[in-house]
Amino acid sequence: MRFAQGVLTPSRQTRKMKQKDIAALLDEPACSHNKKSKSGCAKPKPGATAGGCAFDGAQIALLPIADVAHIVHGSIACAGSSWDNRGTRSSGPRLFKIGMTTDMTEQDVIMGRGEKRLFHSIKQAIDSYSPAAVFVYNTCVPALIGDDVEAVCKAAEERWGTPVVPVDSAGFYGTKNLGNRIAGETMVKYVCGTREPDPLPATAQRPGIKVHDITLTGEYNIAGELWHVLPLLDELGLRVLCTLSGDARYREVQTMHRSEVNMMVCSKAMINVARKLEDAFGTPWFEGSFYGVGDVSQALRDIARLIDDPDLTARTEALITREEARVHAALEPWREKLTGKKVLLYTGGVKSWSIIAALQDLGMEVVATGTKKSTEEDKARIRELMGKEAVMLEDGNPRALIDIVRQNNVDILIAGGRNMYTALKARLPFLDINQEREFGYAGYMGMVELARQLHLTISSPIWSSVRATPPWRNPSKSSAEAAA
Amino acid sequence: MTEIIKRKKALSVSPLKASQTIGAALAFLGFYRAMPMLHGSQGCTAFGKVFFVRHFREPVPLQTTAMDQVTTVLGSEDSVVEGLKVIAEKNQPALIGVPTTGLSETQGSDVVMATKQFRQKYPEFDAIPVVPVSTPDYSGCLETGFAKAVEAIIRTLVPPADQAGSQPGRRRHQVNILVGSSLTPGDLEELKDMVEAFGLRPVVIPDLSDSLDGHLGEDEFSPLTIGGTDVGELNTLGDAAATLVIGPSLNKAADSLKELTGVPDFRFAHLIGLEAVDQFLAALHEISGEPVPAKLERQRAQLQDAMLDAHFMLGMARVAIAADPDLLLALSDWLSSMGAETVAAVAPSNAPSLKRVAAAQVKIGDLEDLELLAKAHQAEVLITNSHGVETSLRLGIPLLRAGFPQYDTLGGYQKTWIGYRGTRQICFDLANIMLTLEKGEIHPYRSIYAQKPEYQEAEQHAPTTATPAGGLQH
Repeated sequence: MRFAQGVLTPSRQTRKMKQKDIAALLDEPACSHNKKSKSGCAKPKPGATAGGCAFDGAQIALLPIADVAHIVHGSIACAGSSWDNRGTRSSGPRLFKIGMTTDMTEQDVIMGRGEKRLFHSIKQAIDSYSPAAVFVYNTCVPALIGDDVEAVCKAAEERWGTPVVPVDSAGFYGTKNLGNRIAGETMVKYVCGTREPDPLPATAQRPGIKVHDITLTGEYNIAGELWHVLPLLDELGLRVLCTLSGDARYREVQTMHRSEVNMMVCSKAMINVARKLEDAFGTPWFEGSFYGVGDVSQALRDIARLIDDPDLTARTEALITREEARVHAALEPWREKLTGKKVLLYTGGVKSWSIIAALQDLGMEVVATGTKKSTEEDKARIRELMGKEAVMLEDGNPRALIDIVRQNNVDILIAGGRNMYTALKARLPFLDINQEREFGYAGYMGMVELARQLHLTISSPIWSSVRATPPWRNPSKSSAEAAA
Repeated sequence: MTEIIKRKKALSVSPLKASQTIGAALAFLGFYRAMPMLHGSQGCTAFGKVFFVRHFREPVPLQTTAMDQVTTVLGSEDSVVEGLKVIAEKNQPALIGVPTTGLSETQGSDVVMATKQFRQKYPEFDAIPVVPVSTPDYSGCLETGFAKAVEAIIRTLVPPADQAGSQPGRRRHQVNILVGSSLTPGDLEELKDMVEAFGLRPVVIPDLSDSLDGHLGEDEFSPLTIGGTDVGELNTLGDAAATLVIGPSLNKAADSLKELTGVPDFRFAHLIGLEAVDQFLAALHEISGEPVPAKLERQRAQLQDAMLDAHFMLGMARVAIAADPDLLLALSDWLSSMGAETVAAVAPSNAPSLKRVAAAQVKIGDLEDLELLAKAHQAEVLITNSHGVETSLRLGIPLLRAGFPQYDTLGGYQKTWIGYRGTRQICFDLANIMLTLEKGEIHPYRSIYAQKPEYQEAEQHAPTTATPAGGLQH
């Protein structure tokens, strides 16, 4: 049972997201995009738009909550091609890996049976899988035909006693970025504040260490990279009440309102969560990154700074000194191999500046970087790192990326998975940095993996093979000589 | 140059080596209506037969001179003569091969003399060619036995150009192809496809893809091979435009053929990997004067694409290989072209080609050596025959099956490794194996402060009830 209605926004009367709700979500006073051009929130242009819809964004933001049954209410296209395709990992339950959808039929649409089907779907999910909670993602078709998803969720929750949360995220509401915000908004509205944190386990208490509670928002535990960082936080006596949403549990999300500091990890997508928690609970927040040695250290320092516990600060500094020395030694052999290599960086969600610093740390030269989602502050930081001549790419169409690679003798393109095959077709070494990737690069030790992967592809012997013209196009050399 | 480390220990543990004798038998099995008769005790044949039956999942014709105590002590030539007569009379084969064994060689049996005696005594079987070959199992391995049989077949049955009046290039479209034991029937099919794509007529020696390719024939039973190179073709080799030789193990056989016929040859260490196939097709282009067919150019581009996709997984992969020399050379070469490293290489016997293996060292040894080396050098994946299963389990690393024997899976004999297509497939196969390793995988960490309930495997999310709308077991 839920203890209280959403603490922040008690109203549950809105049946469906209205234009003004969407506008409110897009108006994000804490976002620096708000001040200038809102490129990240730009209206999609028919015929020239890439990227996912609001449903995509909402699902991707919440799916890592591992013990929840995630039901996509809609026809098959929404869940059918998107379930179980996230590189996020769980240390326990794998329920989130099970795709669930109402798979609405034509009859459901015509006869208006969507709500009924959803109601039974929720029961089935609860009966079969005993989830900690059920999240119901609303999609375009049921939103259009007027299914009252919120009412169904409420009725189902009352009937079966398992929390059922409606995530009103029809694709036509807007972009993936908006979907992220809808997801955050939904958590704040329905889940945060419905439970107090567990008392600290006696076994975890260490003399002289006062434990502080924190939240990591926008950390998705891609490839398990959170587990590079978590041991350090444990050592410092920082309890992560909740990560939104990597390797999270429903009961953790319920308690995130009690955190003493909220770190926005590498993404502004859920900045509304930080702002609303700040407004309601006075939780201070900061933006940080776990990519690159310098940024990991900075993030740890920022946490200590906002908590303002001198003992924590001292222990943080000691830990940073020790870890930086350790990673420096581990990176040394790779630095030799990577020094002087040129990089074109084109990231989507991950902060460019954070990665730039990490690459420069390895002795690499970043010749250009994508800034499509960067704010003015981000750009200023990039200029600081790369110098005034820094090439910034607003539009990362594949052709433009390849041209820059050619003009600058770039050794490797680092970008999101969707650009991977573009790079490979152009016979360019490539490193995947987005959420589908298979390796975790966060934390101090993540840098070693990053270095290894960079070296692996840059120095692969295949590049000469895939660029070679066949010998029969090269008349100067007889095959008999060549074969001998 | 690769360092060859000779065998030092007394005991061979989990042997990698299969005998020369059965290697020779296999070469004969690549001829149509052939019968290999091993000159040794009946066990020599029985074990060889089981070995091939399990590998190919086919009936395998194999006979024996069935040496017993008496013939072993008093002389076994008569057994050879009698065995030849019985087979000739009963089965009218197109070819009888007589590989010797450790037993008959140690005894000092003279198979060549026995064959002459057979000819003198039974002139009615003069039309049936008999090829004796010395293949004691105390030296070499399957690969050398195979190569020796090919050489003996050429020396015995290919007429010299001056006697036969043959002339290189008279058959403008014919190419002779000598293939080593590292090529599977699947490989030979691919090989013939490539050659035919240039309008050339391949005569493959020996052609296992026609006899042991696992096809269902019209006849219910045949005591002889049901396909393979037609023995009569051996008379035409001297008129071919060129000879292609695949595998360094066949160098001596190729020398013999060239010496007898004068047909120019093109030699290839192997046909795995882009560069190797490029050179091969360049040779076909030169021999035929035909352009490289668009289909093959397409396959080349497909391979390049597969290399790009697979290099993420194969780059810096640490591989341990145990195989006969030709195959070891081919695989290590290909792996190195993909950025992978052969960190442990074991061959059952020495060969000149081992010096070219793309590894720091090659150990002449067994699967125990492989296991120790793989462990010492932190191999991530194993490539060897089916006997490597236990090794791979003990090491806790996956196995890619290659070579002889492959008895615990189906279709090993049909797997294609060569050509652009075959290479592409092994890029995928090995990359997929690498993916199962979850390399760079970060292990779950549970915070000491975690609010997460302890997770028990027992509460795995299998549906707990079968509801009408779903929840079916799978």
